[in-house]
Amino acid sequence: MSLLALKDVRVHFNTAAGVVRAVSGVSLDLAVGETLGLVGESGCGKSTLGKAIMKLVPVAAGEIVVEGTNIAPLQGAALSEMRRKVQMIFQDPYGSLNPRSTVGRSISQPMVLAGWTQGAIDERLETLLGWVGLPSDARQRYPHEFSGGQRQRIGIARALALSPKLIICDEPVSALDVSVRAQVINLLEDLKSQFGVSYLFISHDLSVVEHIADRVAVMYLGTLVEVGARDQIWRNPQHPYTKALLAAAPIANPKLARARQRTVLQGELPSPLNPPAGCPFHSRCPIAQDRCKEERPVLRPVASGAQAACHFV
Amino acid sequence: MQRFEFLGRFSRNRGALVGACLILVVALLAVFASLLFPTDPLRIVGMPELWPGEDPDFPLGTDSLGRDILAMIVHGARATLLIGLFASAVATLIGVSVGATAGYFGGWVDEIAMRAAELFQTIPNLIFVLTIVVILGSTLTNIVIAIGIVSWTPIARMTRAEFLSLRDREFVQACRSMGMGDFRIILTEILPNALPPVIVLSSLVVAGAILFESAVSFLGLGDPNVASWGRLVGDGRQLIRSSWYICAIPGIAIMITVLCLNLVGDGLNDALNPKLRDR
Repeated sequence: MSLLALKDVRVHFNTAAGVVRAVSGVSLDLAVGETLGLVGESGCGKSTLGKAIMKLVPVAAGEIVVEGTNIAPLQGAALSEMRRKVQMIFQDPYGSLNPRSTVGRSISQPMVLAGWTQGAIDERLETLLGWVGLPSDARQRYPHEFSGGQRQRIGIARALALSPKLIICDEPVSALDVSVRAQVINLLEDLKSQFGVSYLFISHDLSVVEHIADRVAVMYLGTLVEVGARDQIWRNPQHPYTKALLAAAPIANPKLARARQRTVLQGELPSPLNPPAGCPFHSRCPIAQDRCKEERPVLRPVASGAQAACHFV
Repeated sequence: MQRFEFLGRFSRNRGALVGACLILVVALLAVFASLLFPTDPLRIVGMPELWPGEDPDFPLGTDSLGRDILAMIVHGARATLLIGLFASAVATLIGVSVGATAGYFGGWVDEIAMRAAELFQTIPNLIFVLTIVVILGSTLTNIVIAIGIVSWTPIARMTRAEFLSLRDREFVQACRSMGMGDFRIILTEILPNALPPVIVLSSLVVAGAILFESAVSFLGLGDPNVASWGRLVGDGRQLIRSSWYICAIPGIAIMITVLCLNLVGDGLNDALNPKLRDR
């Protein structure tokens, strides 16, 4: 049984201009102890998908199954029970901590809500601060006294408080300096090997995903275009969008960078208010044909062993 | 540590410092009024209409009945300050509740709350206060409630604006993702962050409330058992052509107090407004 299974999840937002289909039918599996990288350009709906799993945005349709329980229709007490299994690390380390709460108060919140005694909370707090490498006097201090990397570690400690099975990392290192990124990534990897926690790692930074993810899902305009093991995706991308995305990632070695073949995408991401009919990618796809304008491709196994949603691979 | 920082920023504004000191003096006078002038201030103690300085026993003179104006001013400070503080408390309570609910929940709740606020804003404030006082009766409590009812709208708007900008911040989402209830999020997470500009506004409402109460008392609709400054001005208005000091002295007291409260409000704004903090 997979830890997390998404079945045709849809998230719609009603705006003045019409209905925005931020996530339109995503199905995905995440196994115990696995790190799944979710990549895609800004505005493709990857953060919204993460928030939908946390039930921070209303789910219009589909199932979100955590350890066999569909949490999409749950409310109130039954939902709180499930929330302990899934926690989230946020993108902005400056915004994800209440500036007027001490670090200790912020980290202990999930435990207070879970009804722990003060003694148990204090003990756990000490352990958590040790795990994420913060001094134990940090608990009386306020977030503004810490650097970005330290704050992100406070956020990680908070997410770990109730020993979740799955942590959704929404761009956890995007707001950090490159030098600090490695520390946080390493911390996440250590915690994974220590506690067997799974990650849904949402990022637009391909180098980070390549480093941390076991499997990768590529998202475009609210749908998945390719899902597979990291090496399958990186060595042998099948979907034209994945190819273009990987080709756009910078390479440090200038010789390699000059040698590689570049497919540069034309145009902008279409508006999710008015997505193109058929394959959502056809308006920018280098190999699009008439069929793509009418028929929407579904994810199916392709030659590399991964799954891709394209008629012509 | 943080508290000292706050005091430092506050006292950098000289006007606010002077204002705070004068308010403190007025507050001390109000607290120790019965010690300074143990006899009933409304008792006749000397010749009527003694000008200030005419008799060393009554440095601020006496009114048309021969009552000591200084004693009445000191005792009146108590009533005036209490009315200001309580009216501001009422306005803040209503304003913060309405604004927080509207800003946090949004949608139709917000629509209804803000239309209600607009409804209150369209009625001229003084007329509204007078109407409520006339309907409910001229007691101190009713005057306080009436002033609170007309003064809450700016506080509600300010609170709503703060809540709108804070409710989608990630720390609030984090609380929501832990399953924290809406009421708890509003009270323990958002409100402490939304409060600084609201405190500034509340301090200004105190000044406004004092002016409202003075106006109500001047028109003779004040509580007849309370000698507030407004009532002293009102009592002296028949003699304004001959003995104008009877009106002028409590008037100056009102003016200085309101001015000081405004200065303190500005100082609080400088000290609490994070945009002006030097980082």
